[in-house]
Amino acid sequence: MVNAREMDCADSVRGVLSGVADPEIPEISIVDLGIVRKVENARGGWRITVTPTYSGCPAFDVICGDIVSALNRAGYAPVEVVRALSPPWSSDWLSGKAKKTLLRLGISPPGPASEIKPVLFFNLPSPPCPRCGSPQTETTGQFGATACKSLHRCLSCREPFEHFKPI
Amino acid sequence: MSSISEKISLRRARFDFALRMGDNGLILSHRLSQWLGRAHAIEEDIALANIALDLLGQARLWLSLAGRIEGRGRGEDALAFFRGESDFRHFALAEQPNGDFARTIMRQFLFDARQLALLEKLGESADKEFAALAAKGAKETSYHIRHSAAWMRRLGCGTAESNRRLKEAAEELLRFCGGMFCEERGEELLARRGVIPSADILRAQWQSTVEQVFAESDLPPPDAKAIDSRPSFCGHTEHLGYILAEMQSLPRLHPQAKW
Repeated sequence: MVNAREMDCADSVRGVLSGVADPEIPEISIVDLGIVRKVENARGGWRITVTPTYSGCPAFDVICGDIVSALNRAGYAPVEVVRALSPPWSSDWLSGKAKKTLLRLGISPPGPASEIKPVLFFNLPSPPCPRCGSPQTETTGQFGATACKSLHRCLSCREPFEHFKPI
Repeated sequence: MSSISEKISLRRARFDFALRMGDNGLILSHRLSQWLGRAHAIEEDIALANIALDLLGQARLWLSLAGRIEGRGRGEDALAFFRGESDFRHFALAEQPNGDFARTIMRQFLFDARQLALLEKLGESADKEFAALAAKGAKETSYHIRHSAAWMRRLGCGTAESNRRLKEAAEELLRFCGGMFCEERGEELLARRGVIPSADILRAQWQSTVEQVFAESDLPPPDAKAIDSRPSFCGHTEHLGYILAEMQSLPRLHPQAKW
């Protein structure tokens, strides 16, 4: 049974976590990225359950370290970070705020991940341009500078842009 | 079989399977990483590196799990860097040299087609740990096959030269594909328990994917006789020793090193 005080505390812990940035897109917090799965008061300390975006995400160890130091700085200790793989992370877990931020940064936000499932062997449609909004764009690379992005070019304004892949 | 000895066989079979998954990812990832800085365009360099990174991430998860199942304190690094050739369980296909770009794409596609079929089924495994890793990997693999199948079509339907090279790659690599469907020690037990799909189911699904994409890529249908499944093709080729020499030399020289 979780009492009200612990709930309040868990909310403040979440508050601290919303200040922890994703190392690869620092304008987005790990909470808005949808990778913080659980915040629990356990054995006199805090257990934070986190899920990686991709199996090989090189930022994951950095994120775990950042969580511990941010919470310690805010007076929460000891902190244990647990990695959970199931259910697997989906770009659908990105918050609305994160998607708006992506757009502002010139990165086209992901559409619903469920819609891509049946078309395994066909190239995904290129998303609209995040800068000028034109639907006339092309894919230049299915993989980008980080695991979560692909590369595109707008045929109207001619600007290259990145797309946060639906997964 | 008494329940204790069955438990031991089951543990052994789970260990072997997790090891095989890890080794496939590790070795293929190593091969792909050899493309870094060499691909014909920056986008393709990035794509191959990303696929290598996904496979390495998946390999780390599977090798760590194998170490936990074994229960003797061996972690991912001990399994990756301190085993010899004969202890590696990956497919001969995964260790084949990169060759030209057509060969690399063909190897990747032939692997992806089986891997996606496997991971999608394994996501519903009776083994919760296998299911979790598979569900995560399946999402990533669907991006890999989208990439490799797109290049299959582009090279196959491109110029006479690109089609010829892709055809040669098929001739060279199909003979290693039988090794992906040899039922290894313990796998029959796992299949019976609903932990992994049977090799026959995977082979059928792989075959239909490969036939479809070969047809779309203007390639002759894969010759069933070429897809040799004689036991000799389930083992390793002479290439593995060189891979391990490169991959393991540093940690073996400095076993206490951390990075």
